[in-house]
Amino acid sequence: MGLLDAKISKHNVLVTSVDNVMNWARLSSLWPMGFGLACCAIEMMATNASNYDLERFGIFPRASPRQSDLMIVAGTVTMKMAERVIRLYEQMPEPRYVLSMGSCSNCGGPYWKHGYHVLKGVDRIIPVDVYVPGCPPRPESLIGGLMKVQELIRMEQIGISRAEALKKLEEKSIDPGQLIQAARKGAIAS
Amino acid sequence: MGDTQENIPQSGEVIAAKAVWQVINEKFGDAVSELDENPFMPFFEVLKREQWRDIALFMRDNPKLRFTYMACLSGVDYPEERKLGIVCNLESLGELGHRIAVKVKCDREGGIIPSVAKVWKTADWHEREAYDMYGMEFSGHPDLRRILCPEDWEGYPLRKDYQVQETYHGIKVPE
Ligand code: SF4
Repeated sequence: MGLLDAKISKHNVLVTSVDNVMNWARLSSLWPMGFGLACCAIEMMATNASNYDLERFGIFPRASPRQSDLMIVAGTVTMKMAERVIRLYEQMPEPRYVLSMGSCSNCGGPYWKHGYHVLKGVDRIIPVDVYVPGCPPRPESLIGGLMKVQELIRMEQIGISRAEALKKLEEKSIDPGQLIQAARKGAIAS
Repeated sequence: MGDTQENIPQSGEVIAAKAVWQVINEKFGDAVSELDENPFMPFFEVLKREQWRDIALFMRDNPKLRFTYMACLSGVDYPEERKLGIVCNLESLGELGHRIAVKVKCDREGGIIPSVAKVWKTADWHEREAYDMYGMEFSGHPDLRRILCPEDWEGYPLRKDYQVQETYHGIKVPE
């Protein structure tokens, strides 16, 4: 439920909760940190570029961790890079979110068994909020993951922890399959 | 068609490599092995590895050889022979046009090969990579450090008997 969905009446008065306003402001300008680690980064760049145009969601990459809300771990995290990822994460101001993009970052991907140099999942070193599967995930999947982050922000309230917000998100989760089916039926009917 | 390998007339490349090998053999004698005349990449081995840098310089500067370009330098592990080695692909680029490969071997533990980084600049980083992955030393290299793995990595990942370390700076490494 977005804030702007409620039509502002001609008296220009809107009643809502502080949580709602704050969450709306935060989820409407998620700034990810502009860095990529391997092939997945190409897909992330494509998502940022004009075809998929992340800026319509208020998402655009920042050059410094100190200005970012979101870390998109896009690609293979090598052991050499792992320590840098931790440092970058620690440099981000709270509240911060982590989206793990692609099999490599989720669990080591193709390097699971024989890649001596690859960290088998970025969640071994930093807490991950949303995982996007794929090798690489298409831009649509990444956008789906980013919308999950937005949903998570929407679940937050003053005084509840991230873990509780994640739990709320899980309870409220809806099956997108049904929505897609409904939309398809609607499209055929009209 | 249908010919066995022996019946295929030798390509110009093998003939050129043979001429190259003869010039080197005349100068260095039994420091180099016979030429392996395979049609893909003819090669010889340097049997006296302390002479490898002299041979390299000779191959670069002799007017009949003029190997101006090192295309690649790769490391190899030979566990049965208990040896490590390198394979160098050399080419006379833009001059005489011929190509040849040179192999140099050393002991598996504590083996040392003379560096040719001063002969061909390309060898600088390639030797560092071979050192990083296999652990042979290159004597006379200007800056022999690991190039891909972190500096404090344990072991040499491309050796056949490599076992990955359990943790790196407190982070679990294997699956
Ligand atoms: S998940 Fe696949 S596409 Fe993404 S970084 Fe790993 S190998 Fe590349």
